[in-house]
Amino acid sequence: MSQVLVFVEHQEGVPFETSLQATTLAGTLGDVSSVSVGACDVGGAARHFAIEHPILFDYAPEAIAEALVQLIGAESPSAVFASGTERGNEVMAHVAAVLDLPLATNVTEVRPVDESWELTRTRWGGSLLEEASLTGPVKLATVAPHAFEVSDASGSVDAETFEPDLPEDLERTRVVERVTISEGITLTTAPVVVSGGRGVGSPEGFGILEELAALLGGAVGCSRVVTNNGWRPHSDQVGQTGTRVAPNLYVACGISGAVQHWVGMMASKNVLAINNDPEAPMVTKADYAVIGDLHPILDAVVAEVKRRKGL
Amino acid sequence: MRSLVCIKRVPAPGARIVLTDDRQAIDAKHLPFTTSPHEECAVEEAVRIKEQHGGTVVVMTLGPAEAEEQLRYAVSVGADEAILLATDGADWDPQATAAALAGKIGELESGDGRFDLILFGNESADAGGYQVGIRVAHALDRPVVGGIKGIDIEGETMVARRETDAGFEVYRLPLPAVVAVKEGINLPRYPTLPSRLRAKKVEVTSSAPDHTAGGLRMLRLVNPPEVASSTTLLGQGPDAASAVADLFEELGLL
Amino acid sequence: MSDAPSSASVVVIGAGIVGNSVVGHLAELGWRDIVQIDKGPLPNPGGSTGHASNFIFPVDHNKEMAMLTLDSQRQYEEMGVNVTCGGIEVARTEERMEELRRRMSSAKNWDMEAHLVTPAEIKELVPFINEEILLGGCYFPTVSAVDSLRAGTIFREKATGLGALQTMANTEILDIETDRGRVTAVVTDKGRVEAEYVVIACGVWSPRVARLAGASIPLTPAVHQMIDVGPIPILQESGKELAFPIVRDMDTFMYERQTSGSMEVGSYAHRPIFHSPDEIPSIAEARLSPTELPFTEDDFDTQLEDALELMPEILSQAEIKYAINGLLSLTPDAMPLIGETVEVRNLWSAAAIWIKEGPGTGRAVAEWMTNGYPELDPHASDIARFYPYARTDHHIRARCAEHFNKTYGIVHPREQWASERDKRLSPVHSRTAQLGAVYFEAGGWERPHWYESNASLVDHYGIEDRPHEWDRRWWSPIQNAEHLAMREKVGLVDLAPFVIFDFTGPGVVDYIQRMTVNNADVTVGRSVYTPLLTGSGGFKADLTVLRLGEEHFRVITGAFDGPRDKHWFRSHLPEDGSVHMNDSTSAYTTIGVWGPEARNLVSSITDHDLSNEAFPYGTTQAVDFGSINARLFRISYVGDLGWEVYVPTEAGRLMWDSLWEAGQDLGVVAVGAGVYGTTGRLEKGYRLMGSELESEYNPVEAGLARPRVKDHDFIGKEAYLSARDEEPAAILCTLTVEDHVSPRDGIKRFPTGREPITTPDGGRITDRKGRPSYVTTAGAGPSVGKFLLMAYLPPEHALMGNDLAVMYMNELYPVEVAVAGSTPLFDPDDARMKG
Repeated sequence: MSQVLVFVEHQEGVPFETSLQATTLAGTLGDVSSVSVGACDVGGAARHFAIEHPILFDYAPEAIAEALVQLIGAESPSAVFASGTERGNEVMAHVAAVLDLPLATNVTEVRPVDESWELTRTRWGGSLLEEASLTGPVKLATVAPHAFEVSDASGSVDAETFEPDLPEDLERTRVVERVTISEGITLTTAPVVVSGGRGVGSPEGFGILEELAALLGGAVGCSRVVTNNGWRPHSDQVGQTGTRVAPNLYVACGISGAVQHWVGMMASKNVLAINNDPEAPMVTKADYAVIGDLHPILDAVVAEVKRRKGL
Repeated sequence: MRSLVCIKRVPAPGARIVLTDDRQAIDAKHLPFTTSPHEECAVEEAVRIKEQHGGTVVVMTLGPAEAEEQLRYAVSVGADEAILLATDGADWDPQATAAALAGKIGELESGDGRFDLILFGNESADAGGYQVGIRVAHALDRPVVGGIKGIDIEGETMVARRETDAGFEVYRLPLPAVVAVKEGINLPRYPTLPSRLRAKKVEVTSSAPDHTAGGLRMLRLVNPPEVASSTTLLGQGPDAASAVADLFEELGLL
Repeated sequence: MSDAPSSASVVVIGAGIVGNSVVGHLAELGWRDIVQIDKGPLPNPGGSTGHASNFIFPVDHNKEMAMLTLDSQRQYEEMGVNVTCGGIEVARTEERMEELRRRMSSAKNWDMEAHLVTPAEIKELVPFINEEILLGGCYFPTVSAVDSLRAGTIFREKATGLGALQTMANTEILDIETDRGRVTAVVTDKGRVEAEYVVIACGVWSPRVARLAGASIPLTPAVHQMIDVGPIPILQESGKELAFPIVRDMDTFMYERQTSGSMEVGSYAHRPIFHSPDEIPSIAEARLSPTELPFTEDDFDTQLEDALELMPEILSQAEIKYAINGLLSLTPDAMPLIGETVEVRNLWSAAAIWIKEGPGTGRAVAEWMTNGYPELDPHASDIARFYPYARTDHHIRARCAEHFNKTYGIVHPREQWASERDKRLSPVHSRTAQLGAVYFEAGGWERPHWYESNASLVDHYGIEDRPHEWDRRWWSPIQNAEHLAMREKVGLVDLAPFVIFDFTGPGVVDYIQRMTVNNADVTVGRSVYTPLLTGSGGFKADLTVLRLGEEHFRVITGAFDGPRDKHWFRSHLPEDGSVHMNDSTSAYTTIGVWGPEARNLVSSITDHDLSNEAFPYGTTQAVDFGSINARLFRISYVGDLGWEVYVPTEAGRLMWDSLWEAGQDLGVVAVGAGVYGTTGRLEKGYRLMGSELESEYNPVEAGLARPRVKDHDFIGKEAYLSARDEEPAAILCTLTVEDHVSPRDGIKRFPTGREPITTPDGGRITDRKGRPSYVTTAGAGPSVGKFLLMAYLPPEHALMGNDLAVMYMNELYPVEVAVAGSTPLFDPDDARMKG
């Protein structure tokens, strides 16, 4: 079988779930060689390349792409995958641009047909699918997050160090500084997101959502209407053009559930909708629902939670 | 500062996306068209940079003749010039799009001087390819960063910030440069009555670029299967508070 | 989430302002087991109510619309959802100023506060307006804005509180079942509901839903463009939803309405944009709501400039945050569609109703369903008013396209349609056209109003023209000349639009007697003129009944009321099939021959004995003219000797030619409907349905009560009997205008109708039932040398010789009561027509 490269993102050697999903898909198409910046332990890969270069002490998409291009030159894989994350898509776009090859992003299915592939990829943030054909001597694709279950990854291999030859001017697009602003719980890490939509009614209306989020150790989110109205900062927005979240519980207050919002929170493990319209898409898609005007309901819920917490 | 913003005309669907019978496009009979949200912010950002540092903002799109509507909208919120690369209506793949844009940019720069900054949206709302801006940057041999939610121009340098879980990361790019921005970088303004009227009068320069298809070809669109779900009703109104608190306990949140 | 109940007394389809007010009023009137269905969520199911501008300018020239609007405003006020902010209609042109003066008269009629204001006064009320481009305005302090969604919820809650209502949201109507022309059930995606009655109140979707039952609701969804502009500091600082009066910029067909910190700018100026009810997107497919369609900005360019010119100070900086093409309902004549559909029994329409008249119309529909007729006469809103041709999509669109831009337009009371003409042509049309007929529309027919070929008669009779263009519009002095020529010699009148119904069968005598006030059980060959009444004793129709056989009656009624009368007759036919009704309108054409020479003329072409003894007044006989089988009816609506000549349509032209040729030596003239419908009629004091006769007045008040009441029962008899026992609250009078000279312009002016009759110093006159006195018909009386008005007056004013005034264009003209009651001003003994 041919060799398939997978660009793996990791944090201190632990691969991201999304990268393992990409590895899973790649495994159905060939022998997987994983590749990462610095060492990383990827189960299920036949080979592993660790890219080492002084420039790459922090994220530098152009330079990483150049390294991948050189590795592709050296290894002649039949395909290269990354996960359809912000960085995965960005790095692969650079690779595609340098090699002038087509790139299919956010793929959910691949069906090799002779020399080309037929594939399915997401559009509109996942609310629509596209069937497409992909040609080229090396197939480039990113894998839509959560489209694949990670298969049992067993065994580990020794990393092969790959030292690319990177021109210095690639430093021009490297992170030069990191600023930490939010201590505490963020939208993406919160176990609970209490999110509000048009139904909250006003900026002040979010007070009770903040109170509930604080009681549950969660964060406050909102829909696009809310940020467009200037009620909340854009960093609170959950959705296609905002942040994508996958908490243990997503509480949707007065959110109707338009496509744009749904794709941002559909990975949540549990969804509780509070809405006065029992037929709102959010209610019919949710796991749990309370029907009625949201402010009296939230007041009562906060009071009950406080009582149980002995506050 | 001379900036160029590349935008895309897209339909704005409701809660259910309906496809045309041939499954080649969204049935937009009843839908408004808009500029991809990230690109609306790109236009706004370019206008703000112009307001701060002076210069001009050119807006360009590759699309059907109707995309003139989006170009004029961009003019109505502050862009100065509008350029249409007219297609016959079908969506071009990312390689073809980037080639046409890069070709036109070269032409424009040889006439009127270089663009200090070329702005893209991070990805289009519909196709979501994540690559046209980067391909154009490579074609022009200019630095590019994506996912940007903050820009400052400091002389010949662009300071660009990208949001992370913990805060943000910072890039410093020499100009001329390319940047792909995300919604949230600003809150775009709306047109005013006079600006809308002015935008009506601006001449849109139109040309038809050569189409060299790339290797990714859309075959058809498909609605994803509806996920069947059952909703457990916890109650009506404030009386449901106790059931909600029980759920919190069950999920280990209390 | 809830399943449908298996049956209901009434299913109301639609939960916008109309459906909600219908269920509220039905419940209040005692209905139970009401089921309300909407395919959208509550409280805003996505129809036109959800995006409406929600403001109410109560003034309207049309009485019915004004009354529906006033009632609605009162209901909103009672529900606590009416915010009074005042409103100004501003004028940029002198023509519009004149129109605003006319509106002052209408405001006086319907007792609405109104003031003409100067540009400076407008500026005080609306400080950000550019008063320099204005000539003035009309300020209405009672203009208000309402919360129509909240009002709908209150209506539903009231009905639910009475235990009368179950509302099913998010429920699709799949079918409406009927059995032998009667509605039986509504099929939804949540089950089938058997229903005795069904009301279609779903706005722009109504035609689509009605079609499920085989019924027609003739409206088209049309676009009304709106933008929302803000934030605007002066509006924000007001801290109110509505701190400034709503401005209607009448000459640009636009309005500016504050909504908290921003300004909503709406327009009726853009090209008419229509949609098909079948193509409105579903809730899921729509970007906003199904009735908020993508804004087409090219259509709004001029409006932006106009709005900027009017309010440059605030509109030049503010941003356009929201812009839609909102869907609303338009009908061919811009009036609502209420009442039982003509196609399906117990299937009712409550459609094409805007926010401002919603609750009032809802009440009218509920009363109609409960009592057989509403308190407020729904004459102009009755869905039965349309002929079949007027229910076609083609006609609906053509007419709506024509009147859309007249929403804020200046529409002359006599104004004729330009579109959809030449659709119903009389068999003598080619002849009347040769004579230079100027056609007015009557029930879709082209009816000659006067003939240019008679122009030379104007000088002959010395008829004065009218100096003011408005008074002259859609009028000609030739009408008066034709009138005098007919009175002197003889005239031919093309009466093709007459509507004719034949009733036969064993139950026909009882049936006709039950319908008519006056005794119709006359000998064969005789006729009776009679009102038809509503259950509460008001006028439903007036018409003529001919007895053509022991079991055969023929009813002849006017073109304007034909379809309404047809539905009234049809819906009262006995269930046992003992009466058969046939619409013979297209089978016969009618030619009127009247004047002192009429007998000589007709006699010259038939051997039939037409002497007074052989053919007395009020009788009908079959008469042959050569090979033409005609029926002559000796009657007159113009007060002269003569006949209505009925012939098979195919023989119409031959009949006309024969009469025309025979009349040449007798000085025959072609006479238009200007004489037939106005001047001749007025001189004889004859009443017209829709003008003098309406359901809010009874025969005693109209002077049409006969000395005796027949024994047979009839609709409205009880109310009629009690009306005879009490002093009438008003008496229909004929008045003469004593001085036509305008105090302002010094030129002679001529009222057109619907103006207030006031005390000599301009005081409003109302009767003890609160009904105002206004002109029901205005027109010349060439033979009496006076300009005549008809009006109901309270008894204390209904005295011969009493001096009063008519308020025309906000000026007073002296008038005198010439006749109180029905005595004709011209030839009071009827000697001319009975001789």
